[in-house]
Amino acid sequence: MERFITKENLIRLAEELSATCRVLAPVASCGTVTFRRFLPGMVLDLHSRMAAVSPKAATFPQTETLLTVKREIPEKKPEITETLPEGKSVVIGCRPCGARGKLIFNPVYETDKTKDPYYIQRRDNTVFISLACDRPETTCFCHSVGSGPADPDGSDVLLTLVGEGYVARSVTPAGEDVLKSALFTDAGDKGKEADAKNAKAREMMGEAHDYVSAPAKLLARFDDMDFWAAQSAKCISCGACTYMCPTCYCFNITDDDLGLESRRIRTWDNCMSHTFTLEGSGHNPRPTKAHRLKNRVGHKFSYYPDLHGGVMACCGCGRCIKQCPAGIDIRQIVKAAQEYSE
Amino acid sequence: MSQLDDLKNAIKSHLGELECVIGWEQGYDPLHATPLFIRTEADLDRLTIGPLAVHNLATYLTGFKGKKIGVVVKGCDSKSVIQLLNENLIKRDEVVIFGLCCDGVVSQRKIRAALPADPGFVESVEIGASDLKITVAGQAATLKLSDVLADKCLVCATPDAIISDVLIGTAHTPTPPASLACQDEFEAKSDAEKLAFWQENMSRCIRCYACRNACPMCVCRDYCIATSRDPLWLSQDNSPAENMMFQMVHVSHLAGRCTECGECERACPVDIPLMLLRRYMNKQVKDVFELQAGTALEQTPPLLTFKVEEERINERGW
Ligand code: SF4
Ligand code: SF4
Ligand code: SF4
Ligand code: SF4
Ligand code: SF4
Repeated sequence: MERFITKENLIRLAEELSATCRVLAPVASCGTVTFRRFLPGMVLDLHSRMAAVSPKAATFPQTETLLTVKREIPEKKPEITETLPEGKSVVIGCRPCGARGKLIFNPVYETDKTKDPYYIQRRDNTVFISLACDRPETTCFCHSVGSGPADPDGSDVLLTLVGEGYVARSVTPAGEDVLKSALFTDAGDKGKEADAKNAKAREMMGEAHDYVSAPAKLLARFDDMDFWAAQSAKCISCGACTYMCPTCYCFNITDDDLGLESRRIRTWDNCMSHTFTLEGSGHNPRPTKAHRLKNRVGHKFSYYPDLHGGVMACCGCGRCIKQCPAGIDIRQIVKAAQEYSE
Repeated sequence: MSQLDDLKNAIKSHLGELECVIGWEQGYDPLHATPLFIRTEADLDRLTIGPLAVHNLATYLTGFKGKKIGVVVKGCDSKSVIQLLNENLIKRDEVVIFGLCCDGVVSQRKIRAALPADPGFVESVEIGASDLKITVAGQAATLKLSDVLADKCLVCATPDAIISDVLIGTAHTPTPPASLACQDEFEAKSDAEKLAFWQENMSRCIRCYACRNACPMCVCRDYCIATSRDPLWLSQDNSPAENMMFQMVHVSHLAGRCTECGECERACPVDIPLMLLRRYMNKQVKDVFELQAGTALEQTPPLLTFKVEEERINERGW
């Protein structure tokens, strides 16, 4: 389905939806833009820049209560309540790469053997209304990982800015439902204009880098710790890169003990930190930042694609490049492995 | 000869005796520099200095224990080196310090606010003596360097490296230390306003610990109490209250040790103005102990010493 919505009506849509579900949208606060719960009156910042933090939290929140434990009397059996996520969510104004990020989660969190009910429930109850990009940023490379500035994969509705509003195209039945709102009007022949804008944005990205050889070439460097030491020299092991990333899905589980009541929480973990694979014995198979960076890059561009039909576990959003305090560029690391000659 | 050429020559003459020399090169776009680890003369070609060379490279020094390395420092960065020496965290004979006489570095946040479009769309940058010509999203803009300098540079009393083996450039005439308008403004707020301010800011914190890891003085690194699992000191929940708790731990561990290099704030991906806390804490330490971290060799941070009776704390008189 193809419809049209004015800029004002998109804000109205966000306000209307926020009455019945959790709306997440890019909101500016103190000079930065992040996805946060949108409430009527807040100012959406859809166009100035890519939100620093990705919309990952919509389907995979940074902190999630898995269960609560309650004891009335210490000796009695505790009461354990599983807390599955309730309610519907809508993400408005994420870029196609941000919406696509969750596709990387699917083969991990929903397999024949294992199903992650928390993730699956959130994913199935979240609608993504994405906005196609007008022009790439210096850090964007979605076109090199099988996506693009108007990629509909992972989105339910794809908006393209045309004049004073957006051409809205549904991608899924859930998206089609969104377009049934009276706030949308007939798109007329604006669809052609949208196509032209999308094509232009793709053209601006230039030639795509070819990652086909990346999985094998990175694996070939697996034991070459000199290579990884050089690549990670400037890394400060902070983990900002993984927390910003729409496709990083590792988590940690801890108990927040509050006396007779406690919470088991799941929080984002990150492979750039020392505790990531720290074993109970004190042994750590990834003892240095070189080992950890190898894991991050290898996971995204080698191990994951090897397991999942060649799909890179990276949507090319460039957040890890732009937000890295040390300016590490993941594109350069993969390229260095691809171009390595003995 | 330019300052850059002088620096390259100085590094060249030391390179043979060093594991590497840490400097800067152009980063992923023309508006960003990134740390450069110079190991060969060929690497030297990529070396840059100037207003985009923001990173405090002293952060890397503790990672090279037992090896002799070189580091390029601005005036402020040299304070971190001094503080690391004062705390015995690095050895003087294991580091060759290439000191710069610095004219200030930019704040990417101020550049972002001053440009007509987001710097993510930057196409070219030309650096002049007192301005930056930047083209973003097809629009050219000229920014006065003085308008986009990092806050620390606005009140910098030590633009020339205080400690160095080689000092490059022309020394500045010393200026008296000044206070920052934004700090004074913040401190004038009521407690309720401050609380609301931090609640809003801490609601964005993602506990990535970039502020901690970018800090040259945060040396616990892998053994930080914020991430220790056994014992679990801090909840991993990223609620504003827990996030603030982490910042309180950070700021108290930095009391009298923080050299106000601003790296914590620069590293924060969601622009949390952490320096407001750091400067406040340093002010308390200065008032009570008359000490400013990194300004002189052989000073011990007050929280790393013990005296039965502190000279400037009147313990019996109240
Ligand atoms: S953000 Fe940069 S410095 Fe921090 S862990 Fe990631 S690559 Fe390393
Ligand atoms: S690895 Fe970097 S570029 Fe790729 S999806 Fe993650 S943050 Fe984006
Ligand atoms: S604080 Fe001083 S020494 Fe440091 S970058 Fe600014 S002007 Fe240079
Ligand atoms: S760098 Fe910023 S977001 Fe990350 S932990 Fe520190 S304050 Fe929080
Ligand atoms: S706390 Fe911040 S300003 Fe102080 S030394 Fe650490 S990084 Fe620099």
